[in-house]
Amino acid sequence: MSHLAEDTTTVAAAEGTPGAGLGLRALTKQFANFTAVDSLDLDVPTGSFFALLGPSGCGKTTTLRMVAGLETPTSGTIHLAGKDITHQKPYRRPVNTVFQNYALFPHLDIFENVAFGPRRRKVAGIDAEVHRMLELVELTSQTRKVPAQLSGGQQQRVALARALINKPEVLLLDEPLGALDLKLRRQMQIELKRIQTEVGITFIHVTHDQEEAMTMADTIAVMNAGVIEQMGAPDDLYENPRTTFVANFLGQSNLIDGTIRSRDGDMTRVDMHGIMVSVPRERTHATDSRGWVGIRPEKVLIGEEGEALDAPGNTIPGGVISDVSFVGVSTQYLVRMPWGQELQVFEQNTGRRRIFRTGDRVELSWRPEYAFVLDHAQDASAGSQIDDE
Amino acid sequence: MRWLQSKVVLILGILVLVYTFVPISVVVVMSFNKLPSEQSKIYRFNQFTLDNWLHPCTDPSMCQALGRSIEIGLLATLGATILGTLAAFALVRHSFVGRSSTNVLIFLPMAAPEIVMGSSLLALFVSAGFAGQLGFTTILIAHIMFCLSFVIVTVRSRLAGLSDTLEQAAMDLYATPQQTFWKVTFPLVFPGILGAALLSFSLSFDDFIITNLNAGNTTTFPMYVWGVSRKTIPMQINVVGTVMLIVSVLIVVGGEVRNRRRTRALAGPSPARRDSVVAAAGARSSAGGLEAV
Repeated sequence: MSHLAEDTTTVAAAEGTPGAGLGLRALTKQFANFTAVDSLDLDVPTGSFFALLGPSGCGKTTTLRMVAGLETPTSGTIHLAGKDITHQKPYRRPVNTVFQNYALFPHLDIFENVAFGPRRRKVAGIDAEVHRMLELVELTSQTRKVPAQLSGGQQQRVALARALINKPEVLLLDEPLGALDLKLRRQMQIELKRIQTEVGITFIHVTHDQEEAMTMADTIAVMNAGVIEQMGAPDDLYENPRTTFVANFLGQSNLIDGTIRSRDGDMTRVDMHGIMVSVPRERTHATDSRGWVGIRPEKVLIGEEGEALDAPGNTIPGGVISDVSFVGVSTQYLVRMPWGQELQVFEQNTGRRRIFRTGDRVELSWRPEYAFVLDHAQDASAGSQIDDE
Repeated sequence: MRWLQSKVVLILGILVLVYTFVPISVVVVMSFNKLPSEQSKIYRFNQFTLDNWLHPCTDPSMCQALGRSIEIGLLATLGATILGTLAAFALVRHSFVGRSSTNVLIFLPMAAPEIVMGSSLLALFVSAGFAGQLGFTTILIAHIMFCLSFVIVTVRSRLAGLSDTLEQAAMDLYATPQQTFWKVTFPLVFPGILGAALLSFSLSFDDFIITNLNAGNTTTFPMYVWGVSRKTIPMQINVVGTVMLIVSVLIVVGGEVRNRRRTRALAGPSPARRDSVVAAAGARSSAGGLEAV
């Protein structure tokens, strides 16, 4: 896994100017019997909406708590706006947190909850500032209620206002929408994004929900087992995953065993169980001769046997439909291939083509530029079981 | 017959209430009683008077004992509450060798029969050279000792229910450790501490067995009551009992009113639980007051 971590360093260093924003260097946290965060390097540019995405136990919350100062790193450093804050006390850091269960003070009303930070710092003009903040989160009518009187969504917004009022360099959000129901969560995703754009503060958002991360963040770092697997823009991560974990954790992927025959020009030629397919060189992340050919289910075209599919590229004959699930906007097929593997295919229900039935013989195809090749040493099922909790 | 069937629960309920309140009402009624003579040993209602209320200290030794009991009660409460609260914080917030065994040993003073505790304390005091000097100090030490467990258990349960993320949130919002304690931790634990203090006072005030064994020549109010119960009982004892009853009822009702106002305002369960500790302790102290009489 270590070469992956190094890999992300270069990606990280390329983004944002070093010194500005938040920088983690070789950050490590060891607990009694396991390493939660393993030599993590990360740069978060100022003003970005950054998501740390990973399954539970991957070290994302520990990383967040180290940035907040609630956990002491075993080794490594944390820099913020050019200053080393690795060992600074939490109450001296220009960092605020929105806690998972909001952690609102039950004995204080909404106004006092929001005013808590400014009062500790003896800021002038607290009243006006609190009202401005409550306006931002649309809670001006609730100032004298106590937290228990508010709904989950309202409490969430109080927690946000209470943190934002301090104008931190970085706002940390620890699974902030985890306790809300689905509809409210969608609403808050849009709300959070709006507020972030409005205040321009760096948001670091920890979540295990890939959809949430993709909806809101400018940059996502996918974390697994204490290291960052890959970092980049949501569409970049989705379209060009570098590891099997990312390929499976963000959406779904078909990963097919293949042998690399040649790497000439821009194309890599891969022998996939006797069928030659092409993959662009910059999407080939395997270094040895074997690799996993990856393709997203919605990128696979499906047609009648012998039909010349409108895809100038890789054609794979000999499939048999083994399962059909009709989900309205699309139909999801499982296609058993001659080598025994079942591939997933999502077909939009445009009405252009009939819906296949179980047992139908079909042909698959995809455009070469959508495929990718991953290192064969990685587990092809990594990350596939954990994305829904 | 049908009428009786439909009302049987109500009737039983009233009977239980009567059973509970008759002894209490006797105390109240007797506080207005005038005995036929100073030396009368007949304990029954003779004639209405306000004398007992107007001159409660006809027997100065009673008021002296009462004052001593209140004094010991307050000091024991203070000592036990401070020590117990500190111990509860240590037991909940810090891990150290022997923590789990300490958690078990805490229950020992509560579980041990009072007579055992009293005699072992006496043995301790005597072997420590206190023989002949038993009195106020030894009573106070004994009372702090047996109140301590109750305080620790009460405060500890309150603290354990308090998630430490609130303290982390305070620290995250620029509160120093001292500010975090006084602005967040203490206000949230305070109802537990208050409940523990009320409980301590009532336990100390009405303790007889342990006190009697370690009192030397000092007389507390329960000891005075026990002493005079074999001779003429001054009616003023009932005045003390009635006053204590009123104070206890006020504490319970006050807690309940505050509690109701809160629940009506927010329908949240946690503040209700907070006040019930106080109410329970108030009820305990009212029972304690009457036990003494």
